[in-house]
Amino acid sequence: MNTFLQLVVNGLGKGAVFALLALGFVIIFKATEVVNFAHGSLVLFGGYLVVVTRDALGWVGASLVGIVSAGVLGLLVERLLLSRSRHADANSLALLTIGVDVMVTEEIVRRLGVTLPFLGGAWDAKPFQLGGITLFRTHLVALGVAAVLITAFWLAFKYSNWGVAMRAQAENREAAALMGIRSSRVTATAWLVAGLLAGVAVLFIATQDFSGAGLSRGTHSIALAAFPAAILGGLDSTAGAVVGGLVVGLVEALSAQYVSFDFSKSAVFLVMLVVLVVRPSGLFGTRERTRV
Amino acid sequence: MSDSAVSEVDTLPETAEPARPRRDPAKLVRTAAWLALLVVLLALPLYLDAAWLKAGQYMMIGAVGAIGLTLVVGQAGQLSLAHAFFLLAGGTAYTVLSGPTGDDRVIGFGLDPGLSLLGAVAVAALLGLAFAPVAGRLRGIYLGVASLALVFLGLYFGQSAEELTGGTSTGRTPAPFSLFGFPFTNDGPQLALLGVPIRAAERMWYLFLLLTVIAFVIARGAAGGRVGRSWRAVRDNEAAAAVMGVSVLRAKAGAFAVSSAYGGLAGAMTVLWFDILKPDESEFGTYGINVSIAFLAMVIIGGLGSVPGALVGALIVNGLPQVLALYSADLGWFSGTGDGALTPVLVSSFVYGAAIILVVLFEPGGLAAIGRRITQRRFRRQPPEEP
Repeated sequence: MNTFLQLVVNGLGKGAVFALLALGFVIIFKATEVVNFAHGSLVLFGGYLVVVTRDALGWVGASLVGIVSAGVLGLLVERLLLSRSRHADANSLALLTIGVDVMVTEEIVRRLGVTLPFLGGAWDAKPFQLGGITLFRTHLVALGVAAVLITAFWLAFKYSNWGVAMRAQAENREAAALMGIRSSRVTATAWLVAGLLAGVAVLFIATQDFSGAGLSRGTHSIALAAFPAAILGGLDSTAGAVVGGLVVGLVEALSAQYVSFDFSKSAVFLVMLVVLVVRPSGLFGTRERTRV
Repeated sequence: MSDSAVSEVDTLPETAEPARPRRDPAKLVRTAAWLALLVVLLALPLYLDAAWLKAGQYMMIGAVGAIGLTLVVGQAGQLSLAHAFFLLAGGTAYTVLSGPTGDDRVIGFGLDPGLSLLGAVAVAALLGLAFAPVAGRLRGIYLGVASLALVFLGLYFGQSAEELTGGTSTGRTPAPFSLFGFPFTNDGPQLALLGVPIRAAERMWYLFLLLTVIAFVIARGAAGGRVGRSWRAVRDNEAAAAVMGVSVLRAKAGAFAVSSAYGGLAGAMTVLWFDILKPDESEFGTYGINVSIAFLAMVIIGGLGSVPGALVGALIVNGLPQVLALYSADLGWFSGTGDGALTPVLVSSFVYGAAIILVVLFEPGGLAAIGRRITQRRFRRQPPEEP
C-alpha cells in the first residue's frame, strides 16, 4: 500500500510537469490550430540557457533566464516563421515546426556534448520521509508550481482581456478579428506563454528525481510524452491538458513499477491509443462533425 | 479536383498505344529522361568504388521508404510518424524468416532469403492494416501522434523480444541475401562486366536498384490510377469522397498498408545494408523517431504526394551524410572529435531541418512543384489542351 501511495504521489508530480507541457501545446493549438512539434526543443533551449548562465547568475537567476529565453524562442518562432506564412494551412505549419525542432535540438545536443548537467538545483535529490513513504522533493515542488501556474493561467484565461481575446479567437477567428481583436497579438502571446511553461518544466525534467538523467537528448524524448498528454485530454481543451498530463504521469509511474521500466514509455502511448480509438478527439476535445 | 498532385502523377505514356496525331512532347522527354537515368544508374557500378556504391544503396533505402510515405502522407493525406516502426518490423521479419533454424538464442525459420524479403513486406503490410481501425477513425494531427505510438511500441518490442531481434546489446546478423541460389556476396560465380568484377557491393547495388525501380513503378501506377484517385478524394474531402462512392475506411486502410509495406521493404534493405539487426536503446537510433522525421523530411522536401520528389528527397536527406562522410575522409573536414564536433550526420540534420522550413515557407509543393514549373515553362510553346 505504501509503495502504491508513493507511486501515486510521484506519478502526480511527474504528471504535473507533463500538464505544464501539454497546456503549452493546447494554448498554441487553440490560438493557431498549429500543433507545435518543436515543444521539445523549447524545453531543451530553456534548459541550455540555465546551464550557460548559472555560473554567472546563480541558480535562481539562471532559471529565470532559462524560462524567459524558452518563452522568447517560442515567440521568435511564431513571429519570424509562422506569422510569415499565413497562407500555409495549419498542418503544413506543424511540419515547419518539425524543421525548427530538428535544428534547435541538434545544435543544443551538439553544444552539450557529453556533459549532462542536472538543473533542479534547489530541490533535486533531497527525498524525505512522510508517514512511512519516501517522497521526492522535485515532484512535490512540481505539483505546487504547476498548481499555481495552472490556476493563474485559468484565471487569466477566464477573466483577463487576453484570455477573452484568446477564447474569442479560438471560437471564431474571423469574427474575433472583426470585433477588433488583434489576432497576431493573441497568437504571439500564446507562443510566449507556451514557451515559458516549457522553460519551467525543464527545471523539473532534467533532475535526478524525475528522469535520473541531466539535460540531454533524453530530455527531449521525455518532453515528447506531453504529446499523448495533450492528445488524451483533447487538443483544444485546457482542462483536458491538465487531466491528460496527470494520467500520463500516473501511467508512467505505475507501469514502471508494476510492469517494467522499459515498458513505461510505451504504456503511455498505449493508453493514448486506447482512448483515441474510443474517443477520436480525446477525452474533452471538441468532436468534429461533418455536415453534408 | 485536386490540382497539384494530379498533374504530377500522370502515368507514363503507353508505348504500345496507337500513335495519336499529337503527343505531348513533355511526356516523351520525361520518359526519355527516366530511361537515361536508369541507364546511368545501371552503369554506375562500373565506375564507382565500393564505398560510393554503399552510399548509393543507402539513398535507395531512403527512396523506397520515402515513396511509401509520400503515398500515405501526400496522396492519402494521413500524417504518419510511424515509418520507423515499419522499418523495424520489416527488418525483424526478414531476419527472423531467413535466420538459421536451431539457434538456441534467437528464433529463425530458415526460409529462402528471397521469400523472406517478400515475407517481410507482407508482415509490415499486415501490421499497417492492423493499425487501420485507429487510422480510419483519426484525422490529421491526431493520427500523426497516434502513429508516433507505434514507434514507442517498436522500441519496447526491440528491447524485450530478444528471441526475435537479438536484443539491444548484440543484435543479430541477417542471412546474406540470395535470389534463386545466386548469392549477393563475394561467393558464388565470379562475374565481370567490362573488366569490372561484380562482387558484393555491385551485386547489392543492382539488387537495391531493382527493388527501388519496382517500388517506383508500383507507386506511380497506384498514384496515377483508380486507387490514387480514391486516396486523393479522401484526402481532399472525406464526406465528398464517401458521397462519390469511395469507401473512406478502405482507402485509408489501403494507403496505410501500402505505405507500411514500403516501410517494411526499406527495413529489410536497412538490415541487409548494415548487415546487422540491432534494435535501439533509446528513441534516437536506427528505428527511432529521428528516422520517422527524416523520412517525413524527404517527403516534404520532395513535395507531398510526388513520387519522383520522394526520390530527390531521399537523395538529399539520406545521401548528404553519406557523401559528406566520404568527402571528409579526403578533404579532412569534420576532423574534430569530442564535444561540439560537427559530424556529417549533424550537418545533414541542419540542412534538412532548414530545408523543411524553407519549403513550407516558400514552396509548399516542394521540389516537385519547382520541377513541374521548369518543365512546363520549357514546353509552353504549344498551348496546353484544357480537358
